[in-house]
Amino acid sequence: MMQHLIILPVLVHLITGTVNLFFWGKPQPQRVISLLGTFTAMLIAFALFNQVRSEGVMVMHAANWKAPFGISFVADTFSSSMVLFTSFAGFAVSLFSAAGISAVRAQFAFYPIFHFLLMGLNGAFLTGDLFNLYVWFEVIIMASFVLITLGGSKAQMEGGVKYVSLNLLASVIFLTAIAIVYGLTGTLNLADLAITLPNIKNQGLINITALLFFIGFGIKSAVFPLYFWLPSSYHTPPSAVAAIFAGLLTKVGIYAMLRMFTLLFHPDAFMTAIILIISLATMLTGALGAIIKTDLKRMFSYLIICHIGYMVGGLALFTQAALGGAVFYLFHDMMIKTNLFLIAGVIKKIRGTTNMPKLGGLYHSYPKFALLVAIVIFSLAGTPPLSGFWPKIYLFQAGFANTSWVSNYYVIGLIFSSLVTLFVLAKMWKEVFWKKLPDTQIHVPDHFQPLSFMKKLSLVLPIIFLAGITLYIGLDAERVLTVANDIAKEMLNPKPYIKAVLGHL
Amino acid sequence: MELLLVIMIAILYASGIFMLLRRSMVRLLMGIILIGNGANLLIFLLGGITPGKPPVIAETKSVFTEAYADPVPQALILTAIVISFGIQSFAIVLLRQVYRLLESDDLDDLNTPLEEDI
Repeated sequence: MMQHLIILPVLVHLITGTVNLFFWGKPQPQRVISLLGTFTAMLIAFALFNQVRSEGVMVMHAANWKAPFGISFVADTFSSSMVLFTSFAGFAVSLFSAAGISAVRAQFAFYPIFHFLLMGLNGAFLTGDLFNLYVWFEVIIMASFVLITLGGSKAQMEGGVKYVSLNLLASVIFLTAIAIVYGLTGTLNLADLAITLPNIKNQGLINITALLFFIGFGIKSAVFPLYFWLPSSYHTPPSAVAAIFAGLLTKVGIYAMLRMFTLLFHPDAFMTAIILIISLATMLTGALGAIIKTDLKRMFSYLIICHIGYMVGGLALFTQAALGGAVFYLFHDMMIKTNLFLIAGVIKKIRGTTNMPKLGGLYHSYPKFALLVAIVIFSLAGTPPLSGFWPKIYLFQAGFANTSWVSNYYVIGLIFSSLVTLFVLAKMWKEVFWKKLPDTQIHVPDHFQPLSFMKKLSLVLPIIFLAGITLYIGLDAERVLTVANDIAKEMLNPKPYIKAVLGHL
Repeated sequence: MELLLVIMIAILYASGIFMLLRRSMVRLLMGIILIGNGANLLIFLLGGITPGKPPVIAETKSVFTEAYADPVPQALILTAIVISFGIQSFAIVLLRQVYRLLESDDLDDLNTPLEEDI
């Protein structure tokens, strides 16, 4: 019975989404159901995480078809903690949407699609089958296509075309890679592939397939030459949607990359160098893009790209410290990036715009909100006791331990882009909170002040919730580090995973 | 048969990539569709083609005794076709909506600056 716990994070969103469909056009009940659903998902994710931590890798074979013949769902520490952090972000965004998504959008299936998106994410984290991973990716992109275009404004449509076309291309490349892997091995089960792939004679072909996977996931997670769709689409949808995209969608690409390149493929020296160079370029272009943007949401979009580079680099260094650091950063990043877009949403509600030259004086009018944002900003910048600091220490250590020239440049890039992040956030703090409100903007009405207490609460509470989790990650880093290190150990030694799925080695 | 399929896949991928590089949005979508079909055929080809041997165990036997056609690639292709059908119909509606708003099919016209950009 306990093994069915694995499928529950997927089922709970499927049920919530379907029940929401029955309340078509009635936003109020949908909001309540969605909150209940995401809250239940959080409890289930906690239960799953505890179960996996205490009893090791859990496996469920769909319809009891034993692996490698059936589709298996696997929960190891990595996937169960991803499910846990996804459920936090899902709960926060669901709460925020209660006041942050207009009734018009909510009438047109916002909530059902939102839950199908979360279902796809949980499925992608928990599946143990390559083709099933593709299917979950398609569920995710289909839901995200609807969310990004829902509302139909011109900007959304333009962003939507770029988003849709590049994601479709990524799926096709992913499918091509799956075809080659199936042709080479005749199996799609990840654990089975982990055994059969190293025994294939033609290792050159496998390296090329690995690169195809890297390109496919690279488009989804927005690494250097493939990221252009992200900053030109993420600022168009409402903040609640942008928050869930920013926090989770690029991260599922990183998750898949970490999973593929530790379980199936083992990067050789040539590929390590390529991935490190790509991660360096991702950090630099993201950081430089963030400097020149004056719109808050666009600036945050470039910060997402910048920080994707940290994690990809951690994967390339491939030591326990580097992988642990990358995984820790992934958790931290999911919480922070969701929160940043929620904050941008509240700022937009207060001032009617997210364009920095037109903003100002928020510290004067909303001191408590400013303090809350300060916590988030300091965590993102990596000020010592807070959450951004610990993973960077690990990544630095791993970068210095590796003596090749690229890893030296990776460390330099890490330091440079951290500084730029700090600079950009300081600029944002000055422009949005400290600067006096420009005279032209004084007469713009404040849409936050007249809201009822409950609505204000539903806008601010998610930010407090996520900031609290970020604080916890930073202040009780010991516990998160233990989890991240265990995940890194699992990645470097996938034997327990394979044994749990196949029953033998 | 295999050689024909290989040539066919190569043509589909090549023409798909050629279409992707055009500026017209409709051609872009067609390019993706062509590559998607190429990928489906690739799965079919790499699954190994075994003509005239359906994966059905004869009534007198309890296991397969000779080579049989692998049914898995066909299931995979079927799934992929259904998924791409749904996504493509969404993309076509999206392109139509974009055309109604912009009255243009050119990807270069997709950069209407937001009012907030200065």
